[in-house]
Amino acid sequence: MKLIWDLFFTFLKIGSFTFGGGLAMLPLIRKAAVEEKGWMTEDEITDCFAIGQSLPGVLAINSAIYIGNRTKGILGSIAATLGVILPAFVSIVVILLFLGKIENNLYVLGAFEGIKAASAALISVAAYKMGKQILKGKLEFFIVIVAFAIIVFAAISAIWAIVFGGLAGLSAYLYRRKKGGTS
Amino acid sequence: MMPIFNLFIMFFRIGLFSFGGGYAMLPLIFQSVQEFGIMTAVEFSRLVALSQVTPGPIAVNAATYVGYQYAGVGGAAVSTIGVTLPSFILVLTVMHFMKKFEESKSLHAVLGGIRPATVGLIASAVIFLAENSIFNGPVFSVGFIENAKEYINLLPCIIFIGTILLAGKFNVGPIKLTILAGIIGALVIR
Repeated sequence: MKLIWDLFFTFLKIGSFTFGGGLAMLPLIRKAAVEEKGWMTEDEITDCFAIGQSLPGVLAINSAIYIGNRTKGILGSIAATLGVILPAFVSIVVILLFLGKIENNLYVLGAFEGIKAASAALISVAAYKMGKQILKGKLEFFIVIVAFAIIVFAAISAIWAIVFGGLAGLSAYLYRRKKGGTS
Repeated sequence: MMPIFNLFIMFFRIGLFSFGGGYAMLPLIFQSVQEFGIMTAVEFSRLVALSQVTPGPIAVNAATYVGYQYAGVGGAAVSTIGVTLPSFILVLTVMHFMKKFEESKSLHAVLGGIRPATVGLIASAVIFLAENSIFNGPVFSVGFIENAKEYINLLPCIIFIGTILLAGKFNVGPIKLTILAGIIGALVIR
């Protein structure tokens, strides 16, 4: 029982002090799980992040489920997940409770405009950095452009962009395998 | 009014098809809320702004926001559970079949194709946000090309360029930049 609370509070702390998305949480999760609590080894946490990144869903949540399950089974994974999502949940509910009253305040509206512009910029930088890492060949470029066009110009569901990417990756692999014989 | 069950299904679907982190989820979340007619584009861009200044994963912020607007705290809880549940099922399953997962080359090929697609998704989220902040209207339109001046919001544009420079070139942290932009916005744009 003590371990369950420990998982909950550790992830509550991680969820409370990271802003602007899950990637910022990874170093904190690693530090807590490996160095401070000794729940996992370096190798295990690397596996955990690799799996968390390849599966759909929120990386921080995937990692919480993995670490919780490894440490204390299903209950552990539920405790860790609750911990990591609670701050995000509570803060939005609290803000919405008050926002109704100050929504039309000029300062609040101005702050929103400023943050929106900054968010667009921060997301651009994120796309650029991610692109630089991932876009290594013609196939990758082709997939990015098609995925972008599907959403912006064709207004088709973003799900199809994901499905397209997966199929393109698979066909390229099967084609290479067929061409290169057995490998 | 849409039953709360649909809210659950909607976010379950979002959780199931979101690869590549919070930013890559934005297009799918926006398309879904559009489809159900829950939220306007302006309100959605506000949601993105809010999730930058609140702790935790953007997907949870978004699920809470949409669910709350639609059906109060209960709705917020249902959406959040919906967006989290696919992770539970998938992570626990994969942990069970770890070896097979690691060895499957076809699976890695599929994931290798999905990764660049998420970059496209994130780029499309930029266009959406830009159209609702630094521009006012669709970027890829005849009107925009003819009347570019009227489409550009000057101050947000300056904040946009400044943020790109500070984040991209000088590695200033996103939290500092977001707070700074909020203060500038409150004092100048209003």
